[in-house]
Amino acid sequence: MSKADAAAAILWVGATFYALFGGADFGGGFWDLIAGDAERGGRPRALIQRSLTPVWEANHVWLIFILVVLWTAFPPAFSAIFTTLYVPIALAAVGIVLRGAGFAFRKSIEGLAARRAAGATFALSSVLTPFFMGAVVGAIASGNVPAAGNGDAFSSWLEPLPLLTGAMFVATGAYLSAVFLVGDARRAGEADLERYFGRRALAAAAVAGVAAALGLVELHAEARYVFDRLVDQGLPLVIASALCGLALLTLLLRGSMGRNVAPGATYRPTGRGLMRPLAAGAVVSVIWGWGVAQFPYLLPTSLRIDQAAAPDPTLTIVFVVFAVAAVLVLPSLALLYSLSQRDLLEAEH
Amino acid sequence: VLPLDPLPLAASASNLLAAREQMAFTLGFHIVLSCIGVALPATILLANYLGLKRGDSDAMELARRWSKAMAVTFAVGAVTGTVLSFEFGLLWPEFTGRFGSVFGIAFAIEGIFFFLEAIFLAIYIYGWKRLSGWAHFWSGVPMAITGIGGAFSVVAANAWMNQPQGFTLNAAGKVVDTDPLQVLFNPATGYEVPHMILAAYMVTGFLVASIYAVGMLKGRRDRLHRLGLLIPLTIACIATPIQLFVGDTAAREVADHQPAKFAGMECIQETGTHQTEYVGGICTEDGVKWAIPIPNLDSFLVGFSADTEVVGLEDIPVDERPPANTLLHLAFDAMVGIGTALLLLGMWLGWVWWKRRDIPQTPWFLRAVAVSGAGAILALWCGWIVTEVGRQPWIVQGYMRTEEAVTQADGIWFSFAFMLVLYAALGTIAVKVLRGMSRRWREGAAEPDGTPYAPPEEAAP
Repeated sequence: MSKADAAAAILWVGATFYALFGGADFGGGFWDLIAGDAERGGRPRALIQRSLTPVWEANHVWLIFILVVLWTAFPPAFSAIFTTLYVPIALAAVGIVLRGAGFAFRKSIEGLAARRAAGATFALSSVLTPFFMGAVVGAIASGNVPAAGNGDAFSSWLEPLPLLTGAMFVATGAYLSAVFLVGDARRAGEADLERYFGRRALAAAAVAGVAAALGLVELHAEARYVFDRLVDQGLPLVIASALCGLALLTLLLRGSMGRNVAPGATYRPTGRGLMRPLAAGAVVSVIWGWGVAQFPYLLPTSLRIDQAAAPDPTLTIVFVVFAVAAVLVLPSLALLYSLSQRDLLEAEH
Repeated sequence: VLPLDPLPLAASASNLLAAREQMAFTLGFHIVLSCIGVALPATILLANYLGLKRGDSDAMELARRWSKAMAVTFAVGAVTGTVLSFEFGLLWPEFTGRFGSVFGIAFAIEGIFFFLEAIFLAIYIYGWKRLSGWAHFWSGVPMAITGIGGAFSVVAANAWMNQPQGFTLNAAGKVVDTDPLQVLFNPATGYEVPHMILAAYMVTGFLVASIYAVGMLKGRRDRLHRLGLLIPLTIACIATPIQLFVGDTAAREVADHQPAKFAGMECIQETGTHQTEYVGGICTEDGVKWAIPIPNLDSFLVGFSADTEVVGLEDIPVDERPPANTLLHLAFDAMVGIGTALLLLGMWLGWVWWKRRDIPQTPWFLRAVAVSGAGAILALWCGWIVTEVGRQPWIVQGYMRTEEAVTQADGIWFSFAFMLVLYAALGTIAVKVLRGMSRRWREGAAEPDGTPYAPPEEAAP
């Protein structure tokens, strides 16, 4: 593995963490959006709020990490992407502002109407932001970003594959979030919410699965290079993703079958501890499958990783930063998650 | 086929102005929040320490309130900071595409600091109830350290734009080698970084103090308010004299290394010794109008002697002169003037405290503190105008002109207009939210865990 390949791998590690944790935070916003009126949606929204509050900003930093590693290690790829896909990128940026501000303001602003407006802003932008990010990724995978940049501002992403990828991002986030929230609801002892999010995880998994299958068809039509490698070198990862997804579906189905337990009875399907790892595994395999499928291109098939790579000393700094992050940031994140999961962080003001 | 297609060039010229305005506006908005992010943690920790060490419940209450306010400012700062990283590609793709491998080194390091800041900030802000006192205090210490580290990294990148070094270009102008240490520790890092970190402490300190000064002017003169004024004000007043020294050094460095910027901000037309220092006024090619001239002072400030030669704009090629000289000059003077006024405010406080162990009793002192926060922010903006407008027409001094860096994308004016509206709403709501929190704290003073020094008027409805 060359230094440039290693830097690309670091980029993918960042994307993996962002998809898992940032993606789940966006998914929380999705469930918030469709939770219904204040009465019906009150409790699911409160759970989402409690789960997201202490962690969303830390999870958001993975996006900054991705951007910075991309422009530092592969500057020409960064400028090619941003000069071509500036429309969905700018829309995602606006979505990020609205999502973060809406979430932060929702709990501290006065008046029910203002709270609702802030909450709706948060929820709606939680859906639009990952959609546009997915469109960007889909457009890159489709080979619509020319190495020299300044590709067509609209036709580069207003195509079936980028739009499907956007939908897949939304569904995947929703799916991850629902699975995570099942665990949070269990910890809070709210069995009905556990079932509530279990059913939603199932629905989201089905939608994400359909989007992924359609995506494969479109990949075959629009991005032949990526498709061919995905079903060849990437095949083990595709299979791994499918297996994780199916195993989780089984667990969720068993869970939702157990719905006819008496009210108040404890709801305990087996294998619950595996739900989060399986959900994560399904998503991680897709991300690395995508990486393997576009290798050795950053922008298939116009810009290779080695062509875009920064000079060696800069790549070395990226490795050092990554090593320091592994030593300092990951344990700190683990501490944050563990405090949050043990309910030692109080979300209420 | 024409050798030069006029249309893209016209589009580029229009984009340049729009992109510069958007960058200035979004950076100006974010910089206030990042100052708070850099310096508020230390301010909170000082109050928290006093609370724990001396069992001071007022100090503890202040730390708690400030940390809740910080949750709001940090969230807004995190998203507006993200916008800036997007703008590296949306507004300045050629700059990032060509030099990202150089200045990105500083941002890669900043990433770690931002990460740790976000993590420990969350633990601190949400750990008040369940973590033990000192464990909670120590969980907050990384916020203060990472704030300084983050400021170092980001400002080092800006310093590099002013005094670029640590890279090799090939004949095509592509970066083929880098020297990370040379990039990070370029000559401008030495004065820009401390200048900015001190500015962050001044902005935060005066801003927080000004809020409590307004409260005291409204008659809320309880111990909580006095402490809420004194803790941040003390920090800011300690930072101010150091800042004037650092700023003075910075100006001399600019005179040495970026003579065009210096000539612009001092309105110097002709190169020579015995240069006059102009305070205020309008810069024209025929000299400065309506200014207060102080003979020889400019030369003296640059080299401690009236015989020091200072370069004038006449010796700078016409297409490398900074634009908007009057703006530059007035921004520089305003920054120095406000800094000096804040120094006097600090001396006033220091003198009375030394004599009487108390803050000055006249309402004029409170009025001065009440406007000091806005003043510090204004000085901060002026400083950034000097460093950024003063570097024009360059984005990387001597290597890349800003017009070469700007995007060819359509709709930048629309994007700028949209950001104006979005940020106006964001800023208005953020202030409204913070004021609402403050009012609820005042009204909630009767709560069981409320302050034991609650003033009588707070008990009334």
